[in-house]
Parts: sequence; C-alpha cells; structure tokens
Amino acid sequence: MSTVKLTVNGKAVAVDVEDRTLLVQLLRDHLNLTGTHVGCDTSQCGACVVHMDGRAVKSCTMLAGQADGATITTIEGIAKGDELHPMQAAFRDNHGLQCGYCTPGMIMSAIDIVHRHGGKLDEATVRTELEGNICRCTGYHNIVKAVLDAAGRMKVSQAAE
Amino acid sequence: MGVEGIGARVVRKEDKRFITGKGRYVDDIKLTGMTHAYFIRSPHAHAKVKKIDSSAALKMPGVVAVLTGQQLVDDKVGNLICGWAITSKDGSPMKMGAWPAMAPETVRFVGQAVAVVIAESKNLARDAAEAIVVDYEELPAVADMRAAIKPGAPQLHPEAPGNQVYDWVIGDEGAVNAAFSKAANVVKLDVTNNRLAPNAMEPRAAIADYDSAEEHFTLYTTSQNPHVARLVLSAFYNIAPEHKLRVIAPDVGGGFGSKIFIYPEEMVALWASKKVGRPVKWTGDRTEAFLTDAHGRDHITHAEMAFDANNKIIGLRVKTYANFGAYMSLFSSSVPTYLYATLLSGQYNIPAIHAEVIGVYTNTTPVDAYRGAGRPEASYLIERLMETAARQLNVDPAQLRRTNFITQFPHQTPVIMAYDTGDFNASLDAAMKAIDYAGFPARKAKAKADGKLRGIGVSCYIEACGIAPSKAVGSLGAGVGLWESAEVRVNPVGTIEILTGSHSHGQGHETTFCQLVAERLGVPISQVSIVHGDTDKVQFGMGTYGSRSAAVGLTAILKAMEKVESKAKKIAAHALETSEADIVIENGEFKVTGTDKAIALPMVALAAYTAHNLPDGMEPGLKESAFYDPTNFTFPAGAYICEVEVDPGTGKTSFINFVAADDFGRLINPMIVEGQVHGGLVQGIGQALLEHAIYDANGQPVTASFMDYAMPRADDVPSFNLSHTTTLCPGNPLGIKGCGEAGAIGASAAVINAITDAIGKNNLEMPATPDRVWRTIHAA
Repeated sequence: MSTVKLTVNGKAVAVDVEDRTLLVQLLRDHLNLTGTHVGCDTSQCGACVVHMDGRAVKSCTMLAGQADGATITTIEGIAKGDELHPMQAAFRDNHGLQCGYCTPGMIMSAIDIVHRHGGKLDEATVRTELEGNICRCTGYHNIVKAVLDAAGRMKVSQAAE
Repeated sequence: MGVEGIGARVVRKEDKRFITGKGRYVDDIKLTGMTHAYFIRSPHAHAKVKKIDSSAALKMPGVVAVLTGQQLVDDKVGNLICGWAITSKDGSPMKMGAWPAMAPETVRFVGQAVAVVIAESKNLARDAAEAIVVDYEELPAVADMRAAIKPGAPQLHPEAPGNQVYDWVIGDEGAVNAAFSKAANVVKLDVTNNRLAPNAMEPRAAIADYDSAEEHFTLYTTSQNPHVARLVLSAFYNIAPEHKLRVIAPDVGGGFGSKIFIYPEEMVALWASKKVGRPVKWTGDRTEAFLTDAHGRDHITHAEMAFDANNKIIGLRVKTYANFGAYMSLFSSSVPTYLYATLLSGQYNIPAIHAEVIGVYTNTTPVDAYRGAGRPEASYLIERLMETAARQLNVDPAQLRRTNFITQFPHQTPVIMAYDTGDFNASLDAAMKAIDYAGFPARKAKAKADGKLRGIGVSCYIEACGIAPSKAVGSLGAGVGLWESAEVRVNPVGTIEILTGSHSHGQGHETTFCQLVAERLGVPISQVSIVHGDTDKVQFGMGTYGSRSAAVGLTAILKAMEKVESKAKKIAAHALETSEADIVIENGEFKVTGTDKAIALPMVALAAYTAHNLPDGMEPGLKESAFYDPTNFTFPAGAYICEVEVDPGTGKTSFINFVAADDFGRLINPMIVEGQVHGGLVQGIGQALLEHAIYDANGQPVTASFMDYAMPRADDVPSFNLSHTTTLCPGNPLGIKGCGEAGAIGASAAVINAITDAIGKNNLEMPATPDRVWRTIHAA
C-alpha cells in the first residue's frame, strides 16, 4: 500500500491504495468520480482520458502512483458550476453523443486537441487527432463538428478572459 | 410543429448528465457489502472439463467463494435457451444443444465459463482465479463452417448430428426453377458476410443483490430489454419468480443488439448472490466482450438471379450457410431465417424467390442479432447481385435498379413481407443528385490521370422494422409477443411522467418521447419526464431493438395520451360548463372553441386529483396506459451512393463522398435521426473495410482486443451527406418507419460496389483491407 497525494478537480486528496492500482481505479473506486470510464483495457478506446498537469492521458494505462503530486482534471471538473465548458456545450448542441459512454474521454481529448492546435484545426486534423478515442454510436460525424465548433467557442472565451 | 414538437431539432434532455460525467452505468453503482465476480474461462475451443481444483484459491485473501458449473446443475438452474422455434424443411424442430451458464462437463468455445470466483475486490478475485487449476482434456475443434459440415468433422452437440442446427427453406422452388429455365441471363455470385463483434463501448456488467428476508432479487444489468430479461430469468432459468425479481437497466452504453440477450454472467451473478448472501458485481473487460458478447453476421452464400431479355428479374435462388457459433443464443434462430430471407426481394419486383438456410454449429462464440440482424446480410447480397448483374448485362447499375423497382403499393413479395408504402425512385433520385452521379465519368477520368482508381457504388436497401406484429411473429415461431406498453401519468400539478417499455441506450428517447407530448398538449418538454429501464416502475415492455422504439413504443405512448386527453377534456368541459366536443387543446390549455374561455392543464390535473367537482361517475386521477401491437412491419428504405478512390500502389481506399437518402416516414427529431444514420453508416463501412472477427482453424480467436480487431476510427471514415424523402407509414398513426439500423444495412454494399467499380474486378470479399484490395488488383 502507498499513499498517493494529488490534486483532483482543484481539491487536494491523499489516498491509500495498493501499489498496482491504476489511476482510473483511484478515480472511480476511491474518489467515486465515475464519469471516467473503462472501455478496453489496452489504451485503444480513450474512454478513460483525463488531464494530468494539463495534458490528456489515458488513466487506465498508468499507475495511480505515477500521478503522485500531479494535478488531475476529470470530466466532473471542467464546468464552472452550472456553466458548461465550451466543449461540453458543443457536444450537446451538435448531438456529438448518443449512449454517452465514450463521451467523457472524447471531451477530455478534444479539449487537449484544441489547446495544442489553437485556431488551426480543420476536419482532417480533428479526425487524425481522435485516433485514440473510439465511439461506436455517432460515426464521428457530429463529434468532429462539435470539436470544430468548440474550437471557435474556446477562442472566443479565451479572448474574453 | 411547435419549437419542441414533432419534427423539431431539439437538443437532448439526457445529454447534461453524460457530458458532465454524471451518467449512471451499471459499473458506477456500488452496493454495501458488495463482492466481485471473476470468471474462469476456457482457453480451449473444445474440451472436456475433467477437474476443477480451487483449494489453493479458497485460501487466498479476500476470497468468498469459488462456484462451478456442477453446482449450477445441482441447484437446478436452467440452461440458456433460444426463444424462436424454427422448423427444418423435413419437418423436424431445430436442434438446440444444451447450454449451461457455466460448463460442468464440456466447453465448446474459447471464453466459455467453467467457474467463478467471488471475492472482496476485482483484483483479489482475479488473483484467486490464477490459482484455480482446471484440468481439461482437449477435443478436436472446428471453427470454419465449411469444415464443420463435412463428414468426419468434430461434433459439438449430441442433439445436432452433422453440426446442423436446421435446414430451413422459404419460397416456391418450382416457380424459381421454371423462371430459371426460361431466363435470358443468369447472374451468379458467391459472397461471404464477415463475422463482426458488436463492441458497444460499455462492456457488459451485472450487479445482483439477494434479499434473504424477502427472498427477492434485484439485478442491475446492461440490458436493452430488462422486462424480457426478467421473463427469461424467471420462466426458463429458474432464478426467481417474476414478482421476486427486479431488473434495472440504468444508463446503458450502447447495445446494437448485443445487450438484448440474457447471458450466463447475469444468471451466475444472481445465483451467486443468494449463495454468498451478499451483492455480487461482475464487469466484463474488453477481451471478455470479444469472447462472450454474441457476434453478428457470418454467412456464406451462393445466389443466382435470373433475368428476362428486358433485364427484368424473374427469379432468385439463394443458399446460405449461417454460423451459429457453439450454442443457440436467445434470438439466433430467427436472424438468418425470418429476419434475412424475408428481405431477399429487396426493392425489386421478383416474382419467384427460393432460399435455403443451413444453420451450423462451430467452436466459436455464439452468433445472434447485431445492428440490422439478417437484413444487412440480405441487403448486401441483393445489392451485390444487382451490381454484378449490371456489369454482366452491361447496363448502368442505377438504371437496372429502376427497371426492377417496385412502384405499386401495397406489394406482396414471395417471401412473406407485404411492403406497405415507399418511393424507391425518389430516394435514388435524391442520392444521385446529391453525389452528381452524371458527373462521375469525368471525375473518374481526372482521377485516372492522377494515377488513382475512382469508383462509384450504389446500394438501394429495404428493411423490415417496427418489430413486430405479435400474431405474425407468433405464427413464425417467436416465443414472445412484440407489442409495446406505455403509461401516461399526469401529476396533480400538471407535470407529466411517461412510462415506457422501450429502453434508451443512446437513442434519445428521453427527448423524442417528450416531443410527442409537447406536440399534443403544447407543454414544454421540461415538464415531461420519461421513466424506463426498471421492471418495478414500468409494468412490462419488450425493449429496444429492430428500430421499434418510435414505430411501436411511441405509438403506445400516443394511445395512452389519447385516453388521457379524452378524460382531461371531459373534466375541462365539466369545469367550463360546455360539451366535451367543444374543447380543444392548445399551448397547454383546454379551450372552448370560438370563445376566450379556457382552463390550464395543471388546473385540469388538480381537479382530477381533488375530485371535488368531477362529472358524475368519473374516477379520480389522470393516468392511463395502453398496449400497442403493430399491424404490420414497417419498411424503411433508401439509396446510398459512395464514391471512393483506390490507390493502386497500396490498395488503400479513400472516401470522396458518401450520400444517403432515406425514407423513414415521419421524423420526430431530425437531429437524432441523422445521428442514428451516421452511426449505422460507420458500422456498415466498418464491416466493408475494417472489421472481422477471426478464428484460427482450432477455434482460437485472433481478434480479441482493440489491438487486433479493427474498429472504425475517426480518420477511417468520412463526413456524410444525408437527405430524406418521405412516404408516411400507413401502419401506425404517426407514420413512423424507424431509423436505427438503416445505415448498417445499406452501407456495406455501397462501399464494395464502389471499390469493385474502381478496380474493375467484381469479386472482393469484406473487409476490403488495403492488403486484400491490392492483391485483387494485382491478381492474374
């Protein structure tokens, strides 16, 4: 057992876990943050994506101990109270989700994509960048629309800040 | 149409919880004292289970119990069943091999469970599983259908000699032979419809909770049809009587058919919960999904189509081998028969059709309904035949289709179905216009100049949805009726709850079903909630599959709404001292026509519940229910055309354009309908280009993770150009046909027709991987 100390969605936490505990298990089983999902166990599907120190990571493929000292943001931590993150709003407005299972990982990956590419996103780039997130419901059409839409919204909201 | 009524593009009410991480899937649920199950699964495709030694495991930390298949037998838990009886051409019943939830004696596919560990955590259960020693005696296995039906092949079930499930026929063989004897041209085609893994993103899961005082079970499960699960678990598996079993399907992360069926794991979880006296949770991992979720498709077919001198089809002859895997899953028998061969007429006038379907057992994962279920296989076959015929007869493929389109309705096909309405020319026109079909030769020539092979492929699909008229399916062998139920509860304050037997696992019922209420009563959808997925809340229902939720489920809601409206009008008329006939409903008010007198819905509802001033003899309350049984199937149809470019150097296919023109009858929420089509199209494209669940000759699966099974990803597929043509379905009052499966049914033929057009060779099997395309291009 080890104590892992990290900041999750702005709150400092210390959790005693077995050494083999994965980050996603810490989030889901110990912190009850069940918005982060497990879809494949092999780093392929991206349902488990969270942000560690501002970058997208697959939380099913790293040990909780590796996140010691890190700042983690999950799907539960990106809205400001009742105000949705622009990416969340864009997924809703563009019908970028159906069953919702891949959605948290998609949104967390998509935010990271927009951060990395800034205003230079186009459809081909979004599709290439979403390689690591699998959706079985939407055929990606509306997810791609949502990400491009959100990229515009995030630019506007950044400019406003 | 109001802003939230029928036809409005309303954003989904359910989205907020999913985009904020507040969805509640089975694995998110924790019960006090909950234990965790981990299954011991066979690594062999066919073997005797000689001995299971769990002595070491039982001493490990956190282990609560190890339970085996023999204990299931001892406790008289029933075997899994197939619920649709099919009769072979010789009059004999289908041959159902016994399928215990955990195998006490013989395993017949890799992944079949033999025992389960129950422990304090999933990790501890998994640790203990590694300490269990199962002594197997390997038996010869057969995974390939062609090999399985040969004399001397390893035999799976004593009940099924020759590994044959059934040999079933439909249609008039004599009429077909007569047609072929006078044919001007005959087109022949062999096709394989590749085996697919459904891969809903949420793995299956179950939590069982036994209350010993009440002798009552609660099951949380990833189900598309919780009431059917309860019925089957009670009536056939002897788990608990229905009134002592509550089944809850909360948020479910996709299904595509794979979550219709009742699987061994939820049976074992229920039984184990009683045995250990604590809640038991099982959550599958992705490899378990590949090994145990029912697969889809897997047909080998030879077909011949006869044409007269005017290129009119005069006969169709089909022989199909359908792989069932090792056992008959819940609805497996109906998929390659009544859901496949009854659609072999496609969109065409075909006066004589005969089909023979031979079901085959192999040492592979059981096969059952997967998005489209039989209809994609039929559509792929017919549309590949039409394309092959056009090439052989040297006519334009679109024109050959038009020459043979059914244009008069209703139309009785020779294979049971009576198409009620449609306009196949209209959808083909729309698709051809959208893709600029006329301009294709110029684009092809330009691509050729750039060293690329350009091709165009048409697919005109039809499907039977709105499953299904109970009497009709009963006469064909179904073990259940396929009506739907609904209850409309108007609360005393005027808010409304709709209880439905349909189940939403991505389809958006919480929005579309509210839109019907908004349309009828003029109340905002925020005042309406949809209750589903819990057998304690909803009395009964048949669930969601076969594109039935709008055509059947929503019609049931409409029927209950009509009863509520009728009673509410009587109350309003009484309060307003007028006659019921003079009351109209507008914007949430009951108005006296031609006057300014009105009473708002909440006041009518309150009057119904205070019962201080109701018409004489009227019962208090405002709540009505309805069961709706459809009168016919519905027949969504459409035309898909895709244009591709193939790189002759690599064999890689790129999409230039993909257009879809669908006729779904009335659309409740076009945004959601389009989403359904997008997803279906990508599943069809996935089958055509990428996906294939493969076994080696000994029955070892070689595609049991996302590392090996090629799921369509965002950069594999294009954006789509969708449009709709409309003929209203006459079979239900809303005119709805259904949209959930169309994309998966129509897309794969369009893709293969386009690639084969591009490379100038007609024979190409799915999935058309770059390797396979390159080899086909360069084959002698």
